[in-house]
Amino acid sequence: MKLDRRRFLQTTSATAAVMAAPGIIGRAAADDTIKMVSILDQSGGLDIYGKPMVDTTVMAVEEINAAGGLLGKQIDLKTYDPQSNIQFYTQFATQAAASDKADVVHAGITSASREAIRATFNRFRTLYFYNTLYEGGVCDRSTYCTGSTPAQTVEKLVPYVMKKWGKKVYIVAADYNYGHITADWVEKYVRDNGGENVATEFFPLDVNNFGTTIKKIQAAKPDLVMSALVGGAHVAFYRQYAAAGMNNSIPIASTTFGVGNEHTLISAEEGNGMIVAYSYLQEIDTPTNKDFVGRFQAKYGADAPYINELAARSYEGAYLWAEGVKKAGSTDLAAVIEALDTPVSYNGPSGKLEVEPKTHHAVQNVYLAELQGQKYNILETYEQQQPADTLLVCDLVKEPNQSKFYFENGLEAAGIK
Amino acid sequence: MDLAIALALQIIYGIANLVLISLGLAIIFGMMRVINLAHGEFIMLGGYVVVISTNHGVNLWFAMLILAPVVVGLIGVIVERLLIRHLYGRMVDTLLATWGLSLVLIGLITTIFGAQTATTISAPLGAVPIGEYSTSGYELFLIAVAIVLSVVVYLALKFTRIGLVARGTMQAADMASALGVSTSKVYAITFGVGAAVSGFAGALLAPLTGVLPTIGATYIAKAFITVISGGTAILAGTTSASVLLGGINGIVSFGIGPTMGEVALLVAAVILLRLMPRGITGRIFRKSL
Repeated sequence: MKLDRRRFLQTTSATAAVMAAPGIIGRAAADDTIKMVSILDQSGGLDIYGKPMVDTTVMAVEEINAAGGLLGKQIDLKTYDPQSNIQFYTQFATQAAASDKADVVHAGITSASREAIRATFNRFRTLYFYNTLYEGGVCDRSTYCTGSTPAQTVEKLVPYVMKKWGKKVYIVAADYNYGHITADWVEKYVRDNGGENVATEFFPLDVNNFGTTIKKIQAAKPDLVMSALVGGAHVAFYRQYAAAGMNNSIPIASTTFGVGNEHTLISAEEGNGMIVAYSYLQEIDTPTNKDFVGRFQAKYGADAPYINELAARSYEGAYLWAEGVKKAGSTDLAAVIEALDTPVSYNGPSGKLEVEPKTHHAVQNVYLAELQGQKYNILETYEQQQPADTLLVCDLVKEPNQSKFYFENGLEAAGIK
Repeated sequence: MDLAIALALQIIYGIANLVLISLGLAIIFGMMRVINLAHGEFIMLGGYVVVISTNHGVNLWFAMLILAPVVVGLIGVIVERLLIRHLYGRMVDTLLATWGLSLVLIGLITTIFGAQTATTISAPLGAVPIGEYSTSGYELFLIAVAIVLSVVVYLALKFTRIGLVARGTMQAADMASALGVSTSKVYAITFGVGAAVSGFAGALLAPLTGVLPTIGATYIAKAFITVISGGTAILAGTTSASVLLGGINGIVSFGIGPTMGEVALLVAAVILLRLMPRGITGRIFRKSL
């Protein structure tokens, strides 16, 4: 490895930070660190999502600390593992807010976990970042949802695949709020684009025999299948679909495939041709992203997982918050919210990510890609997409004191229900 | 017509699937009265043997048909010697111990292989066309395997000396012991065979479902419901309960939807156990195996 002066300074300052760490921990009681807490599942059924998110969060905090920290202070990151159990989420949320007195909490994967802990952070007046793609509709002054929502991804995905493959759509989705709400949005966009919903089917999360549904799909003869299936058991759908020879006749588009790195779990032939849309893919061809991926793989070695939207956004979410703190010059809740809403932006691996002040969601790039040989080929890039679904129901500028989850109103406003 | 044939095959596959995931548990529960809560993890281990060995270049069929049952069977024997044999006759204690074992196995596999493992295998044998429909050739193969496996277990229990000794030990352990049978050896072998059958099932299902450390949870509830609904007779119980529950699940899944299919399976089991508290073979097929 060649050492130039800049890299030498970087490494030595990083080493100095590591050497200084025991001292920092020793004085943690004093007010010279900024406290960040992360609550993400590192075991249990959701660990396929949570582990890479923790990896990138740790990486972001280490980088910020190595570069001198925030406001001259080091960030003290504490990670809790709620073990895919909602009860632990509420417990750790209370601990983070009341006992750790966290300046910010980055937490939650499923919408259920987010709704379980959001109230706690409201009560303790704690800043909360939710970095997962979800169905949209949270409207909360002290909560920032940085992930993509259906109006950003599904709105682009549906017309693209309908144009490519045809107008008859069969929807398969997970049987909980994400799956149901996403299916509603898919149905809306199919109708808006002059298509027809042949059928919508929901699957409990532990079902892994999809045979009868595959026969129903054969009987209905749609032009394409839209999948919002979630979790490890549902990966079986794609394998059984391919085993019945269906992947060659009726193509699949998905709002979730790849978020749990499913594309590395099934073989190349089984996944080829599938189309997805996310606000981040590891294959994005920019110097910033290549540098990010390189550093991640160097840090976590050859076994480093594929970086999906959830993992990348956890990294960018930490930086977005850090930008807010820098601009505010303090960690005071009101000051940081005001600074974030100016709005703050961050140029990360996914491109420009900017806070949308009315909804506390993010304006972000969306990438549409086709899977080939377990890798995504990016077909289209849509720059700076607004969270249009949440904007229909939420205006925190006009009415700041809100803490609502408006998904039903959102569906109504969009003319779905 | 084509749809009827395709659908019938699908429902039969659903039944075969239940037979495969339940038979190992039925052997251990029926023979030894041991409730093995680590059953799902034996299935998971079978899947991992296949995925790991094929990733290292081992032939898929060899890995599924031979390697997985042998490896998981040996693990079963070790578990029996180290853990289960200290707890015979203590139902609640075995329940807790095997639950602990299942957590250990999940943790161990996650630690070694991570939360997810890439697979290069996909279901072999391609697709079989049925008129306008097509079904997976591999699923048809699994139906055949389930039938053959049931027949083999039947023949082994009915006509071999080992089967006779095993049945004798199951009916009256002290009498068998007095006649010179080493009951502890019989228990160890039975547990090993049960584990091997579970591992075999996991190996066969791996190309259709993939593997995850937590995949056992998907199977354990269904396997238990099938075995309990079946009652004490290992083979007649498991197959009759599989036909009933798998059939109901398949028909309702097709007619209404997969969520209602799961509900219908559970409702059918509840009603069945209300009417026949000792399972199907507690009332009918009482003398069968």
